[in-house]
Amino acid sequence: MARAITTKQKVSWTILAWAFGLLMFFPIMWTFLTSFKTEGAAIADPPVWFFFDWTLENYTAVQERSNYPKALMNSIIIAVGSTILGIIIAVPAAWAMAFVPGKRTKDVLMWMLSTKMLPAVGVLYPLVLLAKWLGVIDSRILLIVVLMLINLPIIVWMLYTYFKEIPGEILEAARMDGASLKSEIIHVLTPMAIPGIASTILLNIILAWNEAFWTILLTTVNAAPLTAFIASFSAPEGLFYAKLSAASMMAVAPILIMGWFSQKQLVRGLTFGAVK
Amino acid sequence: MNNSLRALLGATFLCASTGVAFADGHAKTITIATVNNGDMVRMQGYTDKFTEESGINVEWVTLEENVLRQRVTTDITTNGGSFDIMTIGMYETPIWGANGWLVPLDDLSAEYNAADILPAMAGGLSHDGTLFAAPFYGESSMVMYRTDLMEKAGLEMPDAPTWTFIAEAAAAMTDRDAGINGICLRGKAGWGEGGAFITATSNSFGARWFDENWKPQFDTEEWANTVNFFKDTMDASGPAGYATNGFNENLSLFNQGKCGMWIDATVAASFVTGKDSTVADHVGFALAPDNGLGKRSNWLWAWALAIPAGTQQKAEAKQFIEWATGTGYIEMVAANEGWANVPPGARTSLYENPEYQKVPFAQMTLDSILSADPNDSTVLPSPYVGVQFAAIPEFAGIATEVSQEFSAAYAGQQTVEEALANAQEIATEAMEAAGY
Amino acid sequence: MATAHSKSAARIMIAPAVFLLLVWMLVPLCMTLYFSFSDYRPLRGIFEPWVGFENYVRFFSSSSFLKSVFTTLWMVGGVLSITIIGGVLMALLLDRPIFGQGVVRMLVIAPFFIMPTVSALVWKNMFFNVDNGLFSYLYKWLGMQPYDFLSQAPIFSIVIIVAWQWLPFATLILLTAVQSLDSEQLEAAEMDGAPALSRFRFIILPHLSRAITVVILIQTIFLLSIFAEIFVTTNGAFGTRTLTYLVYQRVLESQNVGLGSAGGIIAVILANIVAIFLMRIVGKNLDT
Repeated sequence: MARAITTKQKVSWTILAWAFGLLMFFPIMWTFLTSFKTEGAAIADPPVWFFFDWTLENYTAVQERSNYPKALMNSIIIAVGSTILGIIIAVPAAWAMAFVPGKRTKDVLMWMLSTKMLPAVGVLYPLVLLAKWLGVIDSRILLIVVLMLINLPIIVWMLYTYFKEIPGEILEAARMDGASLKSEIIHVLTPMAIPGIASTILLNIILAWNEAFWTILLTTVNAAPLTAFIASFSAPEGLFYAKLSAASMMAVAPILIMGWFSQKQLVRGLTFGAVK
Repeated sequence: MNNSLRALLGATFLCASTGVAFADGHAKTITIATVNNGDMVRMQGYTDKFTEESGINVEWVTLEENVLRQRVTTDITTNGGSFDIMTIGMYETPIWGANGWLVPLDDLSAEYNAADILPAMAGGLSHDGTLFAAPFYGESSMVMYRTDLMEKAGLEMPDAPTWTFIAEAAAAMTDRDAGINGICLRGKAGWGEGGAFITATSNSFGARWFDENWKPQFDTEEWANTVNFFKDTMDASGPAGYATNGFNENLSLFNQGKCGMWIDATVAASFVTGKDSTVADHVGFALAPDNGLGKRSNWLWAWALAIPAGTQQKAEAKQFIEWATGTGYIEMVAANEGWANVPPGARTSLYENPEYQKVPFAQMTLDSILSADPNDSTVLPSPYVGVQFAAIPEFAGIATEVSQEFSAAYAGQQTVEEALANAQEIATEAMEAAGY
Repeated sequence: MATAHSKSAARIMIAPAVFLLLVWMLVPLCMTLYFSFSDYRPLRGIFEPWVGFENYVRFFSSSSFLKSVFTTLWMVGGVLSITIIGGVLMALLLDRPIFGQGVVRMLVIAPFFIMPTVSALVWKNMFFNVDNGLFSYLYKWLGMQPYDFLSQAPIFSIVIIVAWQWLPFATLILLTAVQSLDSEQLEAAEMDGAPALSRFRFIILPHLSRAITVVILIQTIFLLSIFAEIFVTTNGAFGTRTLTYLVYQRVLESQNVGLGSAGGIIAVILANIVAIFLMRIVGKNLDT
């Protein structure tokens, strides 16, 4: 940036940006604080902010009542598994659409996106009956496949828009040099595509992690992830704000931390073709 | 498609799923779906005791009430076989039992003494005289009130109050500046929430859901009186957000000392007198109100354990049910946590126990349960079974939509007349579609 | 140029994704279609394979249908406007040189990682609740009567929750677009004395149009199927029943799978009309 910015301007922009940032983050911050309060302090009037007796009792109570490690494990397996499977299927498709576009490429792409508009509950009975017929209810593999299919259109779309930004001349140069299709993909394309693929992976892990319809209705105990874990704390009897907050933090913390650590990678490829 | 293809497809799925299906093959494990209510959560805490005694492992699927209903209903209608025991209520049991989806509980051991189950509960959990679910706890509804606030208002709560008295007392106790609402009632949409309350209340106003020909009755004066009375009383003396308050919200309010009276489930008695309550020492109990028409406004409900017909582990599931709903469990909880914390409302012997009779709300709970009759709940004759519901498959859907109309009226988005007209239309349409 | 060889290779590479999505689309969809012409009420044990268009007629003629379509449009429209206006402002703000930019960005994107169920629960109980919610304390502190958001402004409340979750997404995409803006062009305009507003109007906004269409497209796809936020907060009461929620009520609450399936098919058709409409715009925007 060549423009001269006075410190005063910078300070005022900083204040404004921080104000917005804190406002957006406030609900999460508040949940975090509440999770360390007693149930009484959680609903104190006026609200207490930082000066209360911090306690871990909510986390202990939640831990005692449920199998958090198992739910966490299932969430990780399902989110990562469905994403990897989706990437394996989507990369060749997106590659082909981006570099060898046919007459119908655009239509195929649009059609893929439109499959995402099927309301989940509309196909509830068909899918449950199918899963039952195959005997795979409450298996992680079922959720991996279902979530992969739900997110596949987004994966293909994201990769396609990213691949399209890779200049075709580079590929042609490689072809001139006699590179085979395989080495073209591995040596030329992949290195250039890594930021886009990384970003796609991250976005889809987030989407799969947060899917809360199929993950509850298609699981019982073996494959139940954190979304089902949360469903057992959402409206118990009595005061529950602090325990709900603790359970919420346990459910979102892993993905939040992952998101923060990888935000550079996530942001870099998250364009959906928005930038020309 | 033929079986071998199906087997192949299924096997492909399962091989990839890293042998999940075989992991627990050697030890017997039963899977139980349950609701996240306090008594059920307590029961989970004692699971190890059961495993110790029987050698059977227990896996719990604990879900919030609405999610639980979705999950178990989908499972039972598709014969999914995911659960060995399901926690269901008085509404589902007779319907599912009639469809042959539940294992009859007619061969429980002599030691279990099924005859000890309160007749009202056993009746509501049976179809054609066969018990299909064993009650874990049962409840009716009653008035819970603050004795200190009643005294301050110069009033005395009779054992069997009328609605007129309740409305007057509510107005007298209300002190908005001090944050005290005279009365807290359920207005939240949902057939099991505000829908259950208004239906039970309507019984005491002489209203009914359907006449003998299954024609919806929301266009009657009785219903108009019921809903108008509810809204007027709550507008005058209820909490600001009563249109979105359900059992849990009201429990919090009462425990924080923000309600003068609360008419709700009898199981709440142990919570409002328990350690989370700030008003535990000032709570009195009375029967749910009436209007002198011969029916009170209390409901009847049980959370019960049932075995879906598709289970592979019938014997183990039965063993668990006998353990959890038997007298031994009650004694164990009493020994560890006191008599006030045992699951109430299921067994006659509990109310004959002198130790339990010392619990302040025991007698009122029993009286409330005994005064509700699912087979004769309305003043005018009605064709359905159930106090705060009608035990037909269509009811849950209709009542949820109807209660949404009512909640919108409570919130002031439409008038009570509009709400009732909409309710009539919704119910008529749905009943016609159902072929009545 | 693409050779015949690479063309056939391309087809093979697209094939798995297309095949899988076809199966995914067609098998459940065909079953739904089949159910939609049947009288299927599992709780009654009724399954009559063919009742013609009865379910469609019933679903269309029910007064709740049109209402739910409008509710859906309101909700999607509300969220889109908030996220796009907010997203553009936020992106411009984050593009400024500020102290601690990385941290601010972390704070802003955080809501995107939160499970819809969790955010709905947190907003409903800890913010909107009229007795114990933070907003009520705020109102009281300002000397006003607490306001019952979920019953008095139900659609607005849900829009707030959903917009909170999606604002980060819009911000991120728009931020990338803002950052790609040719700063020389802006500087030139600044030199010429163009006021900030017209710089925004004539340089920044046109540049962002493509990004905005992308945000609209992607978000609409997700917003048409919002469910958890309604399920947790109002359960469909107070006029918050969207088309998706109506289908849910028919299938799961009323246990009328035939009627619900007809609703599902109608929802798919309507969603595809919206999709085609959107794709036209986006497609045009993406071709260049």
